[in-house]
Amino acid sequence: MTATRHYPSRPEKVYLFGTCLIDMFFPEAGMDAVRLLEKQGIEVLFPEDQTCCGQPAYTSGYHDEARAVARAQLDLFPEPWPIVVPSGSCGGMMRLHYAQLFAGCPEERKAQEVASRVFELTEFLVHVCHIELEDRGAPERIAMHTSCSARREMGLADTGPALLARLGQVELVEQERAAECCGFGGTFAVRHPEVSAAMVEDKGRALEEAGAQHFVTSDCGCLMNIAGHLAHRDSALQGEHIASYLWRRCS
Amino acid sequence: MSQPVQTFTPEAFHRQAHDALGNPQIRANFRKAMDGLMDKRRQAFEEWDLEALRTLGASVRLRALSRLPDLLEQLEAKCEANGIRVHWAEDSEEACRIVTGICQENGAQSVIKGKSMVSEEMHLNAHLAEAGIDALESDLGEYLVQLNEQTPSHIIMPAIHLNTDEISTIMHEHTGTAPTRDVDVMTAAARAQLRERFMAADVGVSGVNFAVAETGTLCLVENEGNGRMTTTVPPVHIAVTGIEKVVENLSDVPPLYALLTRSATGQHVTTYFNMITSPRKEGERDGPREVHLVLVDNGRSRIYQDDELLDTLRCIRCGACMNHCPVYTRVGGHTYGTTYPGPIGAILMPHLMGLEATKDLPTASSLCGACGEVCPVKIPIPDLLVRLRRESVGEGRGNVPGAGVKRSTKEVAAWKSWQWLATHPTAWRGASIVAGKLRGLAPSHLGPWTECRVAPKPAKASLHTLIKQRTKHKELRQGQQEGES
Repeated sequence: MTATRHYPSRPEKVYLFGTCLIDMFFPEAGMDAVRLLEKQGIEVLFPEDQTCCGQPAYTSGYHDEARAVARAQLDLFPEPWPIVVPSGSCGGMMRLHYAQLFAGCPEERKAQEVASRVFELTEFLVHVCHIELEDRGAPERIAMHTSCSARREMGLADTGPALLARLGQVELVEQERAAECCGFGGTFAVRHPEVSAAMVEDKGRALEEAGAQHFVTSDCGCLMNIAGHLAHRDSALQGEHIASYLWRRCS
Repeated sequence: MSQPVQTFTPEAFHRQAHDALGNPQIRANFRKAMDGLMDKRRQAFEEWDLEALRTLGASVRLRALSRLPDLLEQLEAKCEANGIRVHWAEDSEEACRIVTGICQENGAQSVIKGKSMVSEEMHLNAHLAEAGIDALESDLGEYLVQLNEQTPSHIIMPAIHLNTDEISTIMHEHTGTAPTRDVDVMTAAARAQLRERFMAADVGVSGVNFAVAETGTLCLVENEGNGRMTTTVPPVHIAVTGIEKVVENLSDVPPLYALLTRSATGQHVTTYFNMITSPRKEGERDGPREVHLVLVDNGRSRIYQDDELLDTLRCIRCGACMNHCPVYTRVGGHTYGTTYPGPIGAILMPHLMGLEATKDLPTASSLCGACGEVCPVKIPIPDLLVRLRRESVGEGRGNVPGAGVKRSTKEVAAWKSWQWLATHPTAWRGASIVAGKLRGLAPSHLGPWTECRVAPKPAKASLHTLIKQRTKHKELRQGQQEGES
């Protein structure tokens, strides 16, 4: 797998930016990210005052509001440690859009500096930690949905599958049109609910038809959407954040 | 039965999307066609350094746009020197008047058209009809769409919403062709029908893919030969184009052509590539007596004034963004209700029609980025969608017509409240504790979200709380260990 950027050597400490969705709805995914990182011998710092990266307002066009919220995060990472984000969507917002959002503002340089230290979790585990995983689970077929932000914005289509490939007992099956969006898209799901529903129905069916016993994603937005849909129609297929899956298989 | 005549408007996007999503035939036609096109494009670029080619394509277009006013003047001078008469049109109305005027000067009764999206944008056929001039589309897809009194549903494949059976019905009902499922038979029938009309046409109207400033050459990319017939058989040829289609040099054409055909239909080369540099010269046996070029602005100059929006004008109209768009694939082209559908339509049409009419288009995207990923000239389509969303909900000072149309006190207040909470960390943590405690009361119905999904429930304890508890636990254990030792 080709690395898409220059990666530092394994640091002593990292910051975790937990994201608002994980904070409120999927905290165990955040805890499992902490556990995975700590097992790598890395101390995880969790700035208590973190809230949200600002993306919901940014993609909705409310850039002043997004900037105010993003600005409140910029001071939370004073030491030069990497900032690990267990979401390609929030990670992409911080890594790529902070510079745009703060262009011409007094905080521009700080925003760029913070952005340069942002890593998505699976990216960090693969390219910085060079993690080795000891699979203790039973044989299982699994499917992965990589979020569009991770795949296209951050160029991380391969890091999630690379981690799953390190689990000896796990077979990764690929669903039809794996690269297609699940239909979440933040406020898109609310503004265009019928189109979004058609997309998640197709995604759910593709995952089921792939013959997976379980599915993982690296983004809780997609998880809430896909797993929420599968649960709504009483599908046997369940999903979880990849951090939780990795931790469960290896602990 | 063929489909009844329908009128689609961008204002009715939601209703049209609802109808399309509920139409299994439309869903199947688009899914099948788009899957095929995506596959063909992927294969066509397999042996190419696609990133390098896209970078080259983008740089060619950016260079042209950076010198657009100069290049347009150069193009005009070169064309005029070659004998092509150049006309400038501020908007669609003026462009239509110019074309109609040329037809009338030549006493034209019948016009044959090659495929031109700009002429669709101008609503030229309707304008010509008002002047008593009959215009016939000669691109096979456009011909079918015209027979069926529809508009194109795709910029490259206008009749992609129709399947073989539907096409057979249309041809049977409108041209008397015997019903058949044999595509070759239908194509041959259409060819015969069109052939006569080419011979009888007084004027041919075509589009332009690239207008070369250096040489005054109009390039036209096509597969059916109808473009060549349109531009060579009738005594008068009128080419209509948006002002952004100009490129600097002849050497800029090969990379754009290589990108266009592969991105659009997965072809390494099209059946025809026409380069038109002058009317018929003395001693030549064919070609039109007159060639006219109509340069249409229609809002493009206003786009040009904005450094970010300017990227919209890089487009070479390949349609790859719509082929790869998960929204377009599901709702089809007519749902957008605009000349250009899909992602390119969502970033272009607001400038042409104003945001009042098109306000639902920039939000009709999950920002999945598939469009930007495949764009042969690297237009940052998702960024432009976000920009237009910003213009829609902003205070209306932008340069986009209709800016501020979606601004509502209620929504602004909601985002302001969110901003307050997310910039007051203690309150934020408090809110998640309250949400966790009251999770039993969390609504199980959340508007359209729960039509096809269960409602998300706040966790009992937030990540903030769990980490705090864990840290306390650790400190306590450490304290005990130290006490024991």
